[in-house]
Amino acid sequence: MNVLIVIDTAEGIIKKSAFETLSYGADLAAQLGVNAVGLLPGATSEELGSLGQYGINKIVHVNPDQPRADDPTVLAGLIASVASTEQCDVIVFSHSLSGKSIAPIVSAQLKAGLVTGVVGLPDTGNGFVVKRAVFSGKAFSHVRIETPIKLISVNPNSYKVNTGGSPATVETLSLPTAAPRVLVTKRQKSSNELLLTEAETVVSAGRGLKGPENWGMIEELAKVMGAATACSRPVADAHWRPHNEHVGQTGVAIAPTLYVAIGISGAIQHLAGVNRSKVIVVINKDPEAPFFKAADYGIVGDAFDVVPAFTAAVKKLKGV
Amino acid sequence: MKILVCISKTPDTTAKIAFTDNNTKFDTAGVQWIINPYDEWYALVRAIELKEAKPDTVLHLATVGGADADPIIRKALALGGDEAYRINLDGADCYQVAFQLAQLISKGGYDLVLTGKETIDYNGSSLGGMIAGINYLPYISLATHLEIAENKAIVTREIEGGEEVCEVAFPLVVSAQKGMAEARIPNMRGIMAARTKPLSVVEPIAQDPLTTVTAFELPAPKAGVKLVAPDQVDELVRLLHQEAKVL
Ligand SMILES: Cc1cc2nc3c(=O)[nH]c(=O)nc-3n(C[C@H](O)[C@H](O)[C@H](O)COP(=O)(O)OP(=O)(O)OC[C@H]3O[C@@H](n4cnc5c(N)ncnc54)[C@H](O)[C@@H]3O)c2cc1C
Repeated sequence: MNVLIVIDTAEGIIKKSAFETLSYGADLAAQLGVNAVGLLPGATSEELGSLGQYGINKIVHVNPDQPRADDPTVLAGLIASVASTEQCDVIVFSHSLSGKSIAPIVSAQLKAGLVTGVVGLPDTGNGFVVKRAVFSGKAFSHVRIETPIKLISVNPNSYKVNTGGSPATVETLSLPTAAPRVLVTKRQKSSNELLLTEAETVVSAGRGLKGPENWGMIEELAKVMGAATACSRPVADAHWRPHNEHVGQTGVAIAPTLYVAIGISGAIQHLAGVNRSKVIVVINKDPEAPFFKAADYGIVGDAFDVVPAFTAAVKKLKGV
Repeated sequence: MKILVCISKTPDTTAKIAFTDNNTKFDTAGVQWIINPYDEWYALVRAIELKEAKPDTVLHLATVGGADADPIIRKALALGGDEAYRINLDGADCYQVAFQLAQLISKGGYDLVLTGKETIDYNGSSLGGMIAGINYLPYISLATHLEIAENKAIVTREIEGGEEVCEVAFPLVVSAQKGMAEARIPNMRGIMAARTKPLSVVEPIAQDPLTTVTAFELPAPKAGVKLVAPDQVDELVRLLHQEAKVL
């Protein structure tokens, strides 16, 4: 029995989160002594054999002459079908927006236990127990999957990417698809070019910035750091920034390597969405701001002085 | 038009997260319970808006839980909705809960089923998709807008790096997030009316969970913050580069 990894694409381009899930699936297959098979539904412009570098053995490219189906039920059907022909009893998804919509449907179709938001490889010593984030990142749980087929979706930015594997074999396959019931009539990109959930570095600002006109310096800092931008909830509620930048318990949950919080008090609901960040830097003029308790590095100071200096210092380091 | 909104009870966002029984159970001592914010602010309020726009809309609420969920469902009824169901089961996993709701939905003949995008305690983001999968209904996750046309729903959903607009004929399942509606506060009239709205308790249908929580764990505490003077930003950048190795 093998491990199947569902490869996320957007407009035919493989997403960064897919490299993590491929690495996760390959390591899990090695742990179980089985093969790792990647599944990519729909047309792509990418060279698939090179995905072997993440440690997988084989790629099944389904319906390469059609765009990736929009209806998650259609994709779920393809995944279930390939899982069966490739004899896979573990299916690995990314806990991305796309994985969140497909994995539960596969779970219901196959009546297979699903654990989402997984942060590490399973313990397969006694059953199949996976660790996942719960309570909005304030705790973890260990969950045993009781069914013969096991579904996992891996949190973005929580698994290291493998390198150096040899090329994978690529098999193309045409499969019949169910009639789609979801018709996409329009698709648009938001201005935030770097995906918040995939970004290694996130620069985030709160009400301390006083108004939307002051975000220029935040965007400038984010640009020199190669970071995505985020904000606190009141900032999105006031429409200073778009809703998709709102991080926290009721917004997006992120786990970047570096999170820089500027003029954000660090309310418990905000921390819930960012506490899995590896390193947290807080810039706040109030030394009593609760965020300093959750921070690794901090500056007690006025953002309007510190942020431009920070940008200049990063520029100096990077030699730009 | 018949709408069902799925409601979950969750600990308040400021609740202390701790575990008992050798880290196998969530410690509910002193915990305040609320309606899961995604269910309330987005799914329920949008459904109420749709009913306000078309008063002949039938709006039902459903939850899966023990009698301790009654105050939560009454609170939801105070915001709006005609009647509610409580399926009398302490759900052990998402599939078990989705299975119960799916049975209620196939009997009830709903055109539109709304859930929140996830609960703030277990963060599964799976309920809507599982209901759709069990009943073979179309599913749209992470919706930020929902409009009703003649015989279909027009839904905007978040995708990585943007949004897409989808059209789906009824019946369907939608999970709701920020953007769908603005949070409301129940008024006195709503609270009074909620007391007399029908709340039916339904016995569950046998279905084992597919997963079991074996233990909980709290993250290791942070070592403490290293402060740098505001005129020493170069030093902060040096620390991030050389010590933390994140720049
Ligand atoms: C159910 C519920 C869910 C919630 N979910 C979320 C969520 O998902 N995400 C979220 O963010 N919030 C959430 N909140 C809101 C949360 O409680 C806080 O109100 C919010 O995070 C505060 O945002 P803020 O830090 O930007 O603003 P404030 O709390 O007003 O803090 C502003 C900070 O800026 C500092 N400051 C001011 N001027 C300067 C300056 N010139 N330079 C440097 N610092 C300065 C101040 O010292 C202060 O610490 C939720 C609340 C509830 C009740």
